Amino acid sequence: MKKYRCSVCGYIYDPENGDPDNGVEPGTDFEKVPDDWTCPICGASKDQFEPAD
Amino acid sequence: MQVYEIKKDIFWVGAVDWLVRDFHGYSTYRGSTYNAYLMLGEKNVLFDTVKHNLCSDLVHRIRTVIDPEKIDYIVVNHVEMDHTGSLPKIVEMVKPEKIICSKMGHKNLLSHFHKPDWPYHIIENNESIPVGNRTIQFMETRMLHWPDSMFSYIPEEKLLISQDGFGQHLGTSERFDDEVDLSELMYQAKKYYANILYLYSPQVRKLLDHVAEIGLEVDMIAPDHGVIWRTHIDKILQAYRDWSSHKAAKKALVVYDTMWHSTEMMAKAVADGIESTGTSMQLLDLSVNHRSDVMAELLDAKGICLGCPTLNNGLLPRMAGYLMYMKGLRPARKLGAAFGSFGWSGESVKHMNKAMEEMKFELIHEGIKVKYVPTHDDLKKCWELGKLMGEKVKEAVDNQ
Repeated sequence: MKKYRCSVCGYIYDPENGDPDNGVEPGTDFEKVPDDWTCPICGASKDQFEPAD
Repeated sequence: MQVYEIKKDIFWVGAVDWLVRDFHGYSTYRGSTYNAYLMLGEKNVLFDTVKHNLCSDLVHRIRTVIDPEKIDYIVVNHVEMDHTGSLPKIVEMVKPEKIICSKMGHKNLLSHFHKPDWPYHIIENNESIPVGNRTIQFMETRMLHWPDSMFSYIPEEKLLISQDGFGQHLGTSERFDDEVDLSELMYQAKKYYANILYLYSPQVRKLLDHVAEIGLEVDMIAPDHGVIWRTHIDKILQAYRDWSSHKAAKKALVVYDTMWHSTEMMAKAVADGIESTGTSMQLLDLSVNHRSDVMAELLDAKGICLGCPTLNNGLLPRMAGYLMYMKGLRPARKLGAAFGSFGWSGESVKHMNKAMEEMKFELIHEGIKVKYVPTHDDLKKCWELGKLMGEKVKEAVDNQ
């Protein structure tokens, strides 16, 4: 599963961990994360994430 | 101790740091201030604290106004230690009913001071807390410039306490913008923006739009560093709009480092070429210009020519360090070019071009390399490069 990086603060979304504090279960692909989800660190919107290499 | 009543029953109780010259790698020739504000009312509220070594200044100023134990709430607008360094001592002394912070502020305070038992009160974005006949409205400003950052707004007073936003590293005995030299003030505000906030320009634009949209009435902006804005608010807001939208002047920099003056000769020729076009130019040798000063000049420059010789197949460390620093601050929409002398391998221009490409600068030239010492013809090529930069800058600024 692919990780994504927040272009604002550098937070990495790791599908293995999800973001359970904000309603995203572990094992959720980034594509399946709700569109209104925001970066748990800086509040950036989902479209500001890019694939992390 | 001297205190300043900036609004009725609202006092500046901060500290002036006349000694600081290096603020985590940012040169602060004029020192700085760590501003804290005390608002009296049904609940007495302290907004932010000061760096740990100046805690006693804060305490004595508070004591000039009230007994510190009478403080009910401490608001932490920003967790960075120049504003929270005194927090552990102040919390112990004051025993506050609430430490008010954002959600990220709570997390970051825990990671700084490891005090899970402090009386945290986590506020939501845009939440208001009434304090007698006044209100504190909190506005999260995440990544301006830390995840925990927020503004406190007192609508009844039209007062915005803006933590690092609109700040300046300027240590003075004056507290207000109209009491200091305006060009010095604007320069320090610009240097602050360029070195602290530049990379968050998209967030700055969003915030300015949001503030305009909700029609926030402000007649005083009280930052956590430097003087308080009350007369030149429009000017600083306009400057933030310009800086965050990458508005540039007809200005280009020649930033270089040199070993045996060959690259310096090239830099001077490039500089002359820029000058010949009427574009404003600054020649900045990294051995005498601090990287944070160069960043201040880059903020409103359109073009940058980087010069560095090759050392051991790489760059001189000062240029490498500057590139690392500049890249982190994410300057945008710049025109770039590189030059440098070499002895046998000559990789420096390639390294500088690569760094500028990573920053998405538009390279106007493939770069100039000169073996050992430039000839007159080599310098002519450098002059032509400078002329091209000067012309391109004028054209780009006319079209921006």
